[in-house]
Amino acid sequence: MKLVRELIFPLVAIIAAFIVGAVFVVLIGDDPIETYRLLIGSALSWPDGIGYTLFYATPLIFTGLAVAVAFRCGLLNIGAEGQLYVAAFVTAWVGFTFAGLPGWVLIPLACLTAILGGAAWGAIPGVLKARFGSHEVINTIMLNFIAVALASYFTQYFYKNEGDAIMQTKLIGLIDPARGLTGENAHIPRLGEFIPGFPERIPLNVSFILALVACAFVYVFLWRTKWGYEIRATGANPTAAEYGGISTGKQIVLAMAVSGGLAGMVAINEVLGYRYRYYDGFSPGYGFTGIAVALLGRNHPIGVLLSALLFGALLRGGLFVDIFTDRVSKDLVLVLQAVVILFVAAEALFRSSFGRFSLLRRSKV
Amino acid sequence: MNEIFGLSIIFSTIRLATPLLLAALGGLYSERAGIINIALEGLMLAGAFTAAAVTHYSGSPWVGLLAGIAAGVAVAGIHAVVCIEFKADQVVSGTAINILFLGVPALMSGALFSSTGATPQIPKENLMPWTPIAMAFALVLLTWYVLYRTPFGLRLRAVGENPAAADAAGVSVARVRYSAVLISGALAAIGGAYLSIGQASLFTRNMTAGRGFIALAALIFGKWRPVQTMLACLLFGFAEAVSIQMQGVAKIPVQFIQMIPYVLTIVVLAGFIGTSRAPRALGLPYSKE
Repeated sequence: MKLVRELIFPLVAIIAAFIVGAVFVVLIGDDPIETYRLLIGSALSWPDGIGYTLFYATPLIFTGLAVAVAFRCGLLNIGAEGQLYVAAFVTAWVGFTFAGLPGWVLIPLACLTAILGGAAWGAIPGVLKARFGSHEVINTIMLNFIAVALASYFTQYFYKNEGDAIMQTKLIGLIDPARGLTGENAHIPRLGEFIPGFPERIPLNVSFILALVACAFVYVFLWRTKWGYEIRATGANPTAAEYGGISTGKQIVLAMAVSGGLAGMVAINEVLGYRYRYYDGFSPGYGFTGIAVALLGRNHPIGVLLSALLFGALLRGGLFVDIFTDRVSKDLVLVLQAVVILFVAAEALFRSSFGRFSLLRRSKV
Repeated sequence: MNEIFGLSIIFSTIRLATPLLLAALGGLYSERAGIINIALEGLMLAGAFTAAAVTHYSGSPWVGLLAGIAAGVAVAGIHAVVCIEFKADQVVSGTAINILFLGVPALMSGALFSSTGATPQIPKENLMPWTPIAMAFALVLLTWYVLYRTPFGLRLRAVGENPAAADAAGVSVARVRYSAVLISGALAAIGGAYLSIGQASLFTRNMTAGRGFIALAALIFGKWRPVQTMLACLLFGFAEAVSIQMQGVAKIPVQFIQMIPYVLTIVVLAGFIGTSRAPRALGLPYSKE
C-alpha cells in the first residue's frame, strides 16, 4: 500500500504536467499528440535516442541525488548549479595543469577534484547555516552567481586559449599534434567502446555507470550508516536530534558537503567525458532540474534515478520537437518540468481526497 | 576616472536600480506577510514578456503595462494558491515558477512571432522610459506609509511575525497573505515591464538575467524595510553602472563588481555587518488549529 501511494502521486504529477503541456501546445496552434509522439519517439529510438537520453540523464542523476541528500537533512540546496560550475572549473584546471600525468593518475585525481570542489562549495552554506543560522536557500542562490562569475573570471583572464572568442578554457590532457597526442590521457571512455552496435559518437560515457554507483552510495550512506541516520534525524526533527545527542550543526555541514560533492560529479561527465574543457555557461540548469528530479523521485535514490531518466528523455526529445514541429520549441520541456514541480509541491491537492493532510509534514516527504 | 563618477553615472544608477527596486518592493510585501518569494525572477519575466507583446499589438505602452501587471498578478496567484491553500514549500513553488517563465515566454514568442524567445522591436514613441522610474520611487514612500501607518500594514506585519496571534485577533491570515502575494506579483511585473518597454524596446529570452535574485538580495540587505531596501537597490544599481562603464577600460575585472550584491548579502545575512532578521513566520504555512 505504501509503495502504491509513493508511486501514485508522482505519476499523477507527470500526467498533469503533460495535460498542461498539451494545453499550451494547442494554444500555440500545434497538435499535442503529434508533439508528444515526436518527443517520446525520439527519446526512445535505438541507439541514438536511448544513448542521448541516458547521456542527458547522467548529470540529472547527480544533481537529483545532491538535492535529495540535502532535503533528507531538512535543507533545500538550490545551489547545485553553483557547485557543479565550481567543480567543472577546478576539474578542467587539474586536467590541463597536470596534463603530463599518466591517465591512471590524472583521471582519478580529476574525479576527486570534481567531488571535493563541489563539496567545498556546498559546505560554505552549510557552515553559514550551522554557525550563523543564515538561511541556506538565500546563500546557495547567491553562491550560484558567485561561482559562475569566479569561473568566468579565471577563464577569461588566465586560462583561455589566445585569441579564442568563446569563453572556454584550454583542452585537458596532454596535447601534442607532432606525437599524435590529443589529450586522451585525461578522457574517460565512452560506452560505445564497450557495447557492440552502440556508436562511439554518442557522448554517453563511464560517468553514467558512476551515477548508478552514486545512487547505491546514497542509499547505503543515508540508510545504512551512522552519519546517514544522524542526517535524517536532523532533517526529521532537529530539536529531538539535538536532545538525542546529535550535533545538528555538524550534520548540516556534512549533508551540504555530500550534496555538493554529488553535484560536483556532474563535472566528471561534462569535462572528462564530453567537452574535455571548462565551457562558460555549459549547464542548461542541471542544478535546478535536479530539484524537480529529487521532488518527483521523493528524495529516494531509486526515485531519483527514474525521474532523472524521464527528464533526460524530455531534454533529448525536446530537441526534436524544436526542429520537427512547426511552432513548438524545446521550451515546452521547461513548462513540463515546472508543472511537475508545482504539482508535487502542492501534494495536498491530491492528498486531500485521500484525507491525508496529516502526512504533509515536510519531514515525511 | 572622472567620467565614471560624473552625472551620467547617477542617471544610469537610477535607471538600473529601478527594476530592482520595483521587484524588491514586491518581494517586501510578500515576505513581510510570511510568504517567501524567490519567484520574483519569474514574475518579472512574465511582466516583461506580456508588456512587450501587448505593447507591440496595441501600440500603447499603458495597455502593455496594465497587461503586464495582470500577468504578474495571475502568476503570483499560482504561487499564492500553491503556498497558502496547499501549504506547499514556498521555495519549491518559487523555483517552479522561475523555471515556468523561462519556458512560457519562449514558447509563446515562437508561436506569436516565429522567434526563439524575442518579441518584435517596439517603435521608440511607444516606449515608457520615465514613468516606471517615478513609480518605483513613489512606491517606496507609499509602501512605507502602507506598512507602518495603515491597518492593512499592521495586519500584514502581524501575519508575517505571528500569524496565530493575528488570527486570534480576528485577522484572516490567508486573506492578508493572498493580497500581499498578489501585490508582489504586480510590482515585480512592473519591474519586468520597465526592462522590456522602458530600458530596452523588446523582450529577449531571459532578459532579467538574475535581476529578480538581486532584488531579493537587496530586500535582505535592506532588512525587509522599504527605505533601506531602496538604498540597497541604489547601491546594487551603482555597482552595475560602474561595471558597465568600466567594461573595456577596467583594471578591476567586471566579474568582481558583478559579485558585490551577492557577497554583501551573504555577509549581512551571517550578521557580520549588523543583523538582518527575517520576518519570524517567513516560510511557514499557517493552518488554523
